[in-house]
Amino acid sequence: MGSVLVFAEHNGKEFKRSAFELLTAAQKSGHTVKALVVGPSADSIGVQLGAWGVSEVLACADESLKNYNPELYSQLVSDLLASEKPDYVLASASMLARDLFPRVGQKIGAGVASDCTELTFTGGAAQVRKPLYSGKCSAQVDFQNCAIKIILMRANQLPVGTAGSGQTTVKKIALTPVDLKTRIKEIVKGATEKLDLTEANIIVAGGRGMKGAEHFKLLDDLAAVLGATVGASRAVVDAGWVSHSMQVGQTGKTVAPTLYIACGISGAIQHLAGMSGSKVIVAINKDPDAPIFQKASYGLVGDVFEILPTLTAEFKKILQ
Amino acid sequence: MKIAVCVKQVPDTETKIKLKPDNSGIDTAAVKWVVNPYDEHAIEEAIKLKEANAGSTVFVFTVGPKPRASEVLRTALAMGADEGIAIEGADGLDNSLAAKALAAAIKKEGPFDLVLTGRLAIDDNAASVSQMIASELGIPHATVISKMTLVGNVLTVEREIEGGTKEVVELSLPALIGANKGLNMPRYASLPGIMKAKKKVLKDYDLSALGVDAGQARLRYSNFKLPPEKPAVKMLSGDAAAQSHELARMLREEAKVL
Repeated sequence: MGSVLVFAEHNGKEFKRSAFELLTAAQKSGHTVKALVVGPSADSIGVQLGAWGVSEVLACADESLKNYNPELYSQLVSDLLASEKPDYVLASASMLARDLFPRVGQKIGAGVASDCTELTFTGGAAQVRKPLYSGKCSAQVDFQNCAIKIILMRANQLPVGTAGSGQTTVKKIALTPVDLKTRIKEIVKGATEKLDLTEANIIVAGGRGMKGAEHFKLLDDLAAVLGATVGASRAVVDAGWVSHSMQVGQTGKTVAPTLYIACGISGAIQHLAGMSGSKVIVAINKDPDAPIFQKASYGLVGDVFEILPTLTAEFKKILQ
Repeated sequence: MKIAVCVKQVPDTETKIKLKPDNSGIDTAAVKWVVNPYDEHAIEEAIKLKEANAGSTVFVFTVGPKPRASEVLRTALAMGADEGIAIEGADGLDNSLAAKALAAAIKKEGPFDLVLTGRLAIDDNAASVSQMIASELGIPHATVISKMTLVGNVLTVEREIEGGTKEVVELSLPALIGANKGLNMPRYASLPGIMKAKKKVLKDYDLSALGVDAGQARLRYSNFKLPPEKPAVKMLSGDAAAQSHELARMLREEAKVL
């Protein structure tokens, strides 16, 4: 059999949930599983991955990799893939990996399937599907004319198994200096440091029915109880109530959480395009004819200002 | 300065997608094609730079089937771009080949100081071609850009990373930038603009003239499917408290997501 290399993303202390989704899929591939961990503390946290069937962790802990620099990262990862020659590379369709792997793939002649939602292995070969046209259809993706196949998976699409008791070896990778034309000058933290919408397992989103930026506090309260990330419709982003980074939809983010709670969102097609892949959709709207109800699993007709506080209280009760 | 913009035609969001009878792709007969929304921001930014830097020119590139693909170039020319380059290629041409073709055409028409693209195309949501072009050209790239300023040879850009966090990045030209919403407000083509666009240069290239073999695609899409029908919505009843109580129970016991 061949090998699968998992690009395991982390925050410096722990791995993201998406890393365990990918490792669980890799363990079922029948291939040898290796992991690539990049960034300061890569070697110290990389050791945990033995419990996830990883035979060897390639760790590059160079301090200069603290923030993502496309030139530096693509040089490092291209060189590693060219020498490791894995059959498959699995990575999350995160902001970082989506930026990095197309450049890497083009450089080394690998195929890159981005934003995939289904992945299984049959006889060692990956069976992959991805949505197209904002989820209005999906297609099977096959690789050809390439030895290395890179698959970028949307978060929350694959199950997470349980950790075993295996051990792994950590191979420290030295960074070859690159003459950089890109310099990261400053990191400006957002108002709240939450999981990105594209990776969130639960999203609470608000639309025009929230009637003003000041009422998003109601959504923050509900999100806090559920451990959710707060999103918004285009109308409220365009009105300047919240930042564009919170926009779900055609010119915002495409999300696929397990639970999506749409509050005061009518459900314009541009919004539906970004969230119809959610597993369970709850719609709260005072208009029983709002198009959002056609996409919803559960519908609540009523005033968001009455329902949101009672909902927050109910969830608090059952989750305690 | 000389600026290249790469654009793509995509189905309008409102378009209903139908599949071919053999499920080998979508039926494009009834599709309404529009400029990819993020690419409009790339075109606008190029024209703004041209207006601010006398003597600048803006070239617009696209890959797609003819004559349809030329429409997207006419739109960009009417907004104020100077020349259009249409590369003949099938619908759904492999991203890596599209990038190779665009980069080869950019080299032939170049050298360019700056390449602008949209951060992604809304048809396949891959967000791949921009970085692939940068790789082919051997220049740095920065995508998801909501703000940029150019001083001398140095571009300072603001890009969104995760969870609302932004980073400020400096790149030396030549470089490739992937535009996000928020970078600018794309202008509408004016009537004089549309008239002028009719006299502007439109060039054609074949894939083979750019050294690209369509047989070397790395991805193949097949077995298209429409999404499964969603079960009908369950409408809850009662006052706010009753609906909330019922929802919490159903999410836990029926949907099992809490």
